[in-house]
Amino acid sequence: MRLAALAHARSGDKGDTSQISVIAYDPADYPWLCAQLTVERVAAHFGPLVEGPIRRYELPALAALNFVFERALGGGVTRALTLDAHGKCLSGVLLALELPDPQGRGG
Amino acid sequence: MKARIRIGAGAGFSGDRIDPALELAEKGGVDYLVFECLAERTIALAHRERLSGRGPGYDPLLEERMRLVLPWLRRRGFRLITNMGAAAPRAAARRTAEIARALGLSGLRIAALTGDDVTARLMAEPAAHPLLEREGTLADLGEAVVSANAYLGSAGIVAALAAGAEVVITGRVADPALFLAPMIHDFGWPAGDWERLGQGTVIGHLLECAGQLTGGYFAAPPEKDVPGLARLGFPFADVAPDGSAELGKVEGSGGRISLATVKEQLLYEVLDPAAYLQPDVTADFTAVTLEELGPSRIAVRGGRGRPPPPTLKVSVGYRDGFIGEGEISYAGPGAVARAELAAAILRERFAWRGLPFEEVRFDQIGRDAVWRAPLPPDAPEPLEVRLRVAARAPSAALAAEVGREVEALYTNGPAGGGGVRQSVREVIAVVSVLIPRAWAEPRVEMEVA
Repeated sequence: MRLAALAHARSGDKGDTSQISVIAYDPADYPWLCAQLTVERVAAHFGPLVEGPIRRYELPALAALNFVFERALGGGVTRALTLDAHGKCLSGVLLALELPDPQGRGG
Repeated sequence: MKARIRIGAGAGFSGDRIDPALELAEKGGVDYLVFECLAERTIALAHRERLSGRGPGYDPLLEERMRLVLPWLRRRGFRLITNMGAAAPRAAARRTAEIARALGLSGLRIAALTGDDVTARLMAEPAAHPLLEREGTLADLGEAVVSANAYLGSAGIVAALAAGAEVVITGRVADPALFLAPMIHDFGWPAGDWERLGQGTVIGHLLECAGQLTGGYFAAPPEKDVPGLARLGFPFADVAPDGSAELGKVEGSGGRISLATVKEQLLYEVLDPAAYLQPDVTADFTAVTLEELGPSRIAVRGGRGRPPPPTLKVSVGYRDGFIGEGEISYAGPGAVARAELAAAILRERFAWRGLPFEEVRFDQIGRDAVWRAPLPPDAPEPLEVRLRVAARAPSAALAAEVGREVEALYTNGPAGGGGVRQSVREVIAVVSVLIPRAWAEPRVEMEVA
């Protein structure tokens, strides 16, 4: 199952840092998402495109996670050679992350 | 004190649509209409234009926006706040006064807010200013520096409103401060009222990207369906004296404000949600609560705040060489293999000719250009791909070699290559430094039409 089935996301940029919010459609899924969507799993999904550390912030009042990726934008929107220098497309990349079957969740 | 004020968002970036702003001006019942038009680099580009005599240094759409909006400002009695002054707020105010006179709006009071330009002060002693993003100081950029603008807070705008300005035109100001200023002005929030300044910053942050709150940058059918995107309405906030607010948009306009759109925008471009650093306040978004009151009507409460950092952030724009780009497409069986062959040919040509590019990047548009993450093993073979080559070069002439070599693939490269496009652009990059707050004192000058 892809993350997109349970959550929506929006990406933004600050210099060479990318930021992606992940928000549960159903707040009841939020604890399971917190358990599954670890920094390690997200780091493996993005691979070498993120050169710096990844931080995760929890926002239980919004049923949301905020991921911050340092050195992920090829130097930032003002000088990057990449086509999507803002990293606006990266929310879609994150939503393609494969999660375990939800049958096993809730325990 | 007013029971509430309505603040509308008239633009979320320099090139934004104008019709939704006019809809708000005519039918929105706004007390303030705010146009946020200044991205991180825009001000450096404006400085470069002004210095080279190619432009006035203010927003290229300022004149069109003012001509269309000012008649409504008088008829409906709202005030306009904008950072469209960019590198030349005084020139923008003078031009706005000319436009107002031509429209018969004599007596219109237009404030220009300056004080954000700290280029001279910083470059007087460049080695004293370390860069935030990397090793080194401003001295390493030297002659390449184009501009240095501090992010001012709300104080200058509040002073302009208190002096009776109906239009306030700024250069670099923190985006949420454009919206926070009228709240401070009308509700008399004292300095040090961190809770309300934090909540007001939450509201300003939600509004500053205009259509991104009402369903823009959100739609993803079928799950995230948004009606009427072609006529997307821009948002407003009805703010109460305690800072709590209700978000809405003009009846009948396109788009939709929902809990989901508000959550996405609340976290947009936020790093630590407990410490959103602003010149006015360190805002804390972690206890924000949202309540759906009706269609496209959302209540926002619970933003908090603490004192701001002792320093101000300064964006420094500098000339950073040139980027040359070339693109060519391949279709059908083996399209990916032919694009890969084309990339290999270009790599060999660049090396054999000894072209001293500082950095070269190859992408296949349709496969890995914006994806950038590792490709999944089951990624399907696309029907077509577009090879994109981008290289950084110290001169425009060298950058142009990228496109020339891509174009030569028409007759010298793999089979069936088509649709070559090439471009060269100068790079104005941005780095940041921190300065003491006292170095950037806001100044207000009034222009009367």
